[in-house]
Amino acid sequence: MPEGKLILITGRSTKQGTGLNKGKDSRDYQEAVRTLEMNREDMARFGLRDGDLVKIKTLYGEATFTCRQEKLPKGMAFVAYGSLSSRLVGGETHASGMPDSKGFEVEVVHLPRGD
Amino acid sequence: MEIDNVVCAFCGCVCDDITVTVEEGRISEVKNACTLGRAWFLGHSSNAHRPSGTVNGRPVSTEEAVEEAARILAQARYPLIFGLTSTYCEAQKEAIALAEVLGACIDCCTSVCHGPSGIALQGVGEPTCTLGEVKNRADLIIYWGSNPAESHPRHLTRYAVTPKGLFTPRGRKDRRVVLVDVRPTPSARAADIFLQVKPGKDFECLWALRALIKGIDLEEDAVADTGVTLAQLKDLADRMQSCRFGMLCVGQGLTQSRGKQMNTTAVFLLVRELNGFTKFAAMPMRGHGNVTGIDNVLAWQTGYPFGVNFSRGYPRFNPGEFTAVDVLTRQEADAALIIASDPVANLPRPASGRLSQIPTVALETRESETTKIAKVVITTAPAGISAEGTVYRMDNVPLRLRKVLPSPFPSDEEVLSRLLERVKELKHA
Repeated sequence: MPEGKLILITGRSTKQGTGLNKGKDSRDYQEAVRTLEMNREDMARFGLRDGDLVKIKTLYGEATFTCRQEKLPKGMAFVAYGSLSSRLVGGETHASGMPDSKGFEVEVVHLPRGD
Repeated sequence: MEIDNVVCAFCGCVCDDITVTVEEGRISEVKNACTLGRAWFLGHSSNAHRPSGTVNGRPVSTEEAVEEAARILAQARYPLIFGLTSTYCEAQKEAIALAEVLGACIDCCTSVCHGPSGIALQGVGEPTCTLGEVKNRADLIIYWGSNPAESHPRHLTRYAVTPKGLFTPRGRKDRRVVLVDVRPTPSARAADIFLQVKPGKDFECLWALRALIKGIDLEEDAVADTGVTLAQLKDLADRMQSCRFGMLCVGQGLTQSRGKQMNTTAVFLLVRELNGFTKFAAMPMRGHGNVTGIDNVLAWQTGYPFGVNFSRGYPRFNPGEFTAVDVLTRQEADAALIIASDPVANLPRPASGRLSQIPTVALETRESETTKIAKVVITTAPAGISAEGTVYRMDNVPLRLRKVLPSPFPSDEEVLSRLLERVKELKHA
């Protein structure tokens, strides 16, 4: 994995699923879709602690998430589906109708606290 | 008042054994539902405070909103109709009729969830079964790229893992459960075996499994860099061949990752070949409550399950050309009708951004990212709570949604029917 890069997996989570039924402006939903999960070694590599803010960039856009340590393979990050994860996905579908929504490379930028 | 046997339309499991308690015009208690279903019933039990409709943010009556929506759609040269997965089949039928009159593209959330499964089905067929057969017969359950513990909780407890069935009388003890995924999700706790595949390497593993069950002697190199060993795949291949009834549940980890329809084609071919040894089936883990329904209704009406174009007066199908993400990203659509879906939140930004640039009409039960940008919003009664109709479970079994609460708003079907009539009048004027 290149320095400063991770493979991002997007997907469903229980909190995202229950939160969207409370409303997409609800605190639960917003917390669910704004949290980026990473493994312990990667967080150390980027100098991150739980609660730190990171900017995630792709060729198509960028979004800011709050980091949380989770049990994930090294080099991988996970974020629940939502309007923030959608900002990172391109519109190319390779003649399938389906964009590349999972397993794409992202750049990680550690934002100072209070930024 | 307690109402039994209510159908939950949140996810593709479409559980039909829910009991809801209605008190003072709202749902106060939900029994038998999973945490997602419970949140769905409680979260949709009241939308009475919303305006009937809005035009440019200004509250209007349903009739005024329908009139403006009809005007926008009738004037458009290349309108897109999209969504339709959280409404019922009778409403979907009206939307398809409207697409034909408009010469529109009509697509549903299938194109961004299990479209690649549909493409694979068209190519090689889908050996499948009902969830009843899974419950009663399956002794090997494989979830591949799926996290049912968080996306379809009752798939585990009602259909596939723990329930006691005719030939699985001891429930969980009569089954082996395998999870194949790129990360150890909460579903791994429900599995006997977890295989952690590297992202984008599903196809290689599925193809190696095909080779192994055909008796081809593979070298370790064949599965190098997939994250799993040849021994692990040989063990899985043995289990697949020796089970009495196997079930491979296809998740979006396969459809949304590198390979897409090639991954799902590999699944269906693998499962087809396993039927030379035992009984085996596959089934996409469909997400939204009636996403299977719109595939069925579109297929009845047009011959195709998603991404259908009527611009030549007859239906054409071509994923990548007539699918919503493509039509929007290429900035071809000049108006949009969004029904029971929130593409502004869920489609890639290049596609969702187009919806802000063109006149968008949204039929929705509540506020969403899409209603925030829509020129016209028409509030409708939530399907399965305040509107009844037919939905399809993920195994293509139709079930009837019940109406448990009154609503001041018309159903999607009623609004689409009115919209269709008004568009016809404008087109013929």
